[in-house]
This record gives sequence, structure tokens and C-alpha cells, in this order.
Amino acid sequence: MSFEIPDDLRVLESHEWAREDDGTVRVGITDFAQDELGDVVFVELPAEGEEVGQEEAFGVVESIKAVSDLYAPVSGTVSAVNEAVADQPELVNDDPYGEGWMIEIDVDDPDELDALLSPEAYGEQIA
Amino acid sequence: MARNPPLAATHEASGARVIEFGGWDMPVEFDSIKEEHAAVREEAGIFDVSHMGEIRVSGPDAAALMTRLTTNDAVEMPVGRARYAAITDDEGIMLDDTVFYRLGEEEFLFIPNAGHDEEMESRWVEHREEWGLDCDVENETEGWAMYAVQGPEAPALVDGAADEELSETSRFAFVEGTIEGADCLLARTGYTGEDGYEVLCPWDDAETVWGALECQPCGLGARDTLRMESGFLLSGQDFHPTENPRTPFQGRIGFAVDLETEFVGRDALAREREEGPAALFVGVALEERGIPRHGYPIVHDGADVGEVTSGTMSPTLGEPIGLGYVPSEVAEPGTEVAVRIRGEEKRARVESPRFVEGV
Repeated sequence: MSFEIPDDLRVLESHEWAREDDGTVRVGITDFAQDELGDVVFVELPAEGEEVGQEEAFGVVESIKAVSDLYAPVSGTVSAVNEAVADQPELVNDDPYGEGWMIEIDVDDPDELDALLSPEAYGEQIA
Repeated sequence: MARNPPLAATHEASGARVIEFGGWDMPVEFDSIKEEHAAVREEAGIFDVSHMGEIRVSGPDAAALMTRLTTNDAVEMPVGRARYAAITDDEGIMLDDTVFYRLGEEEFLFIPNAGHDEEMESRWVEHREEWGLDCDVENETEGWAMYAVQGPEAPALVDGAADEELSETSRFAFVEGTIEGADCLLARTGYTGEDGYEVLCPWDDAETVWGALECQPCGLGARDTLRMESGFLLSGQDFHPTENPRTPFQGRIGFAVDLETEFVGRDALAREREEGPAALFVGVALEERGIPRHGYPIVHDGADVGEVTSGTMSPTLGEPIGLGYVPSEVAEPGTEVAVRIRGEEKRARVESPRFVEGV
């Protein structure tokens, strides 16, 4: 099976993607991750203004069968939270790189993005 | 090394996701748990449950041995019937639960849970020796494939596939018939809350019979969500002899306990029925966002009073549901409790464990 990995993002090994735009990073989970989880039924996210650290847990995603922590790809301050996924967790399955995003982070140090996997490297990890 | 069901290669080719459960590699999801669950509630689905054990007990004292080692009666039971029972120790603690079929006056087949077949075979053999009973005990787990065909359309589907007329088969009855020439035991039983059959066939006919029962293939994931909505106990998870020792009365399966018979654990259970169980298996419905899961504390009046043993997002209700034990005085439906999830108390209320009405 092959999974979509857009080429404008970077990925943490634990399957969270990061898309940077002018100092703000939007975060979600990959197509591969949503497929592994199966039907997503619950997402727990931090509040705006909370601090998150790179590779530290910032929330939880639950499918019918499993509970998984969400890890922040970069350090910073949560600047936006996608309320839509709290009401419709299935957005994570339907559109993991679009409407199923989780949070946005005001990045402390943009260089942290360099530590993440390129789409090609992530593709090899899940192959 | 995990054991493999006869259709391991077929499931792998179909793209099913496989997990180890009870020492067996079994399909947990074919398409999506939600779709599979809905198929069973609305139409029909087929589960490969070949990880379940099969033990044959035959001989003049077969009924006596079955009766003395399970909580239900096997002596007065008619041939052609199935019965649910617990298997208890001297203290009345459940070691496992089972369904047994009376194949003949002197012949039974019983179904221990996955991974319990060798333990139960030994238990049966040891007690037969101790009591000097005359019967054979054969572990036939790797001789049988077992499929559950469940859902409102399942009875007609199995009836159509079988070479015999099944429409007169009542709940908890079975017939020995054939599907495309393969000998099958066709039992009107199940673990989903829906009508349907459980079909046992010889290992070598597994492919033929699976192919003849065409409907939505379902994995253990949907089997779990369906049984949770129905409040059915899962051995090892909702009760465990050392980690969570429970009696059948605490587990709300008193209907499967016949205190008129002599069985291991009978006296302890008679005392418990007299005094009333200290704790009871209940449903817990969350009133806030979150999902109750195995091991989460149940809180009442500021104190931890019990634990969730099973929980999920109910696909039928679209609401989070849990099962677990609370002290009897807290077990009344409607009682306000809380479930502590990752350190936070979420408001919840006690309900009947039967969240979805079934057959």
C-alpha cells in the first residue's frame, strides 16, 4: 500500500507532520498514521498559549482500538487549535494533511525543522 | 510462535490487519471497524474465530464431568442444545467462560476462550482422574475452524448456505449439517447481541465453508465493540483469576449458574448469592468528552471505587461507553460517578451493561 506524503512538509519519526509558513508551523498526523490507527474517534489537544517542546507529547489521538500520544515536531507556543477535529475526529482519517490538522505552533527556533525527516526519508521509514 | 488459523494465508491476501490475540495471529480489521460493526448491526458479517478452543468430552460420565466443572447443568440438558457457563475455582472465581454443546447423550464439545484450551484440557483430565470418572477428553482445537456469522440477515444467509433446513433452529440450539458437503456444527449462538450462527467445521474444509458464507468479513476489533455494546464479558479482560478475580454473580451472569448442581465453586457461590455480591459489573456512560479504557479508575464521592475493564467509542450510539465493576451500593443505574482519564475526572453515570438491546 502506498501513502500520500506532500512534498512541502517535514515529518517527525512518530508520524506527526509539520508545515512551516512564516514562523508558524501547522501540525497533524500523516496519512500512514491515520491508516494505522483506523477510525479516529477522539482527539485531545492543548489550549492556545500553551508551550510545547520538540518531541514532547502535546495531545492524544484515540481510534476505536488504540490510544496514542501526539508529539510536537518543533518547540514553541500553541497559536491555534483546530476545534473542528474535536467535533469531527473523522476529519483526521478523511483529510490528514488538510482539514484534519491539529494545532499551529509559533516556532521558537526554525532550525529545529532541519532535524525532521524529509518527505523522501519518511517515505523510506514507512516503506 | 503464535498459532495460525487455517485461513491465515487467505486473510493476509485480503489485506486484513493481523494481531496476536490469545496466542493466535488473527485478523483484527478487514476494512474499518466502523463499517464492519455497522454491517453486523444492520445486515450480516462473518468473523473468523478459529482461535477459540474446542474440547470433546465423551463417554458414560461426560455429562457428570461437564456439570461438575462448569456452573451450568449438563445432565438434564437435551441433546442438540448449547449452554453458556463459567468455569470457577473452589472460591467461585471465574477462570474462564465457555459455551458447551451436547452432541449426544454421552458426548459434549465445549469452547474455552483463545489460549485457554490446554489449561482446560488439563483441568478436565485432572478432575476426571481425581473423581474416577469414565470419559475421554480430547483437545481438538487444531482440528476445527470456527466462524461467527452475525446480524439480522445472518440466519437466512446460513440457512441458504447449509444443505439442511435450519429455519426451525431456536436460540441456543444447534444442528449437525453440511455446507457444500463439509460437515458442520451450526449453532444459533453468538457474541454480538445480534441473531446469527456460530459455525464449526473441520480445519481442512475451512476455505470452502468461509467462501460459502459470503458477507462482510469482520475482525476482532468489531467483535470487541459489538460485545461491549451488549455488555458481554471478555475472559482475561473483564475478569481474570489473579489480576481481577470475579465471580459469575459479580459479572452478572447468574443466569448461567445452577446452584442445584454440584460443581467446583458451588458452595462459595451459594454463600455469595445469600449475602449478595459486594461488587457488580456495570455500564458506565461518559457525559464529557473522552473514552473510558481498561484500567481507568471509577470515582464516586471523591474516592476510587472501581475500575473500567473495557471501553470504547460505541459505533452504534456514537458515545463513549465503558464496562467495569463498582461496589453494589453504587451499581444502581443513574448513579453519578466519574472516570479518571489521564489524571482528569470526567463526569459519567452508571448504566446497565447492555447499552444496545439485542436478541
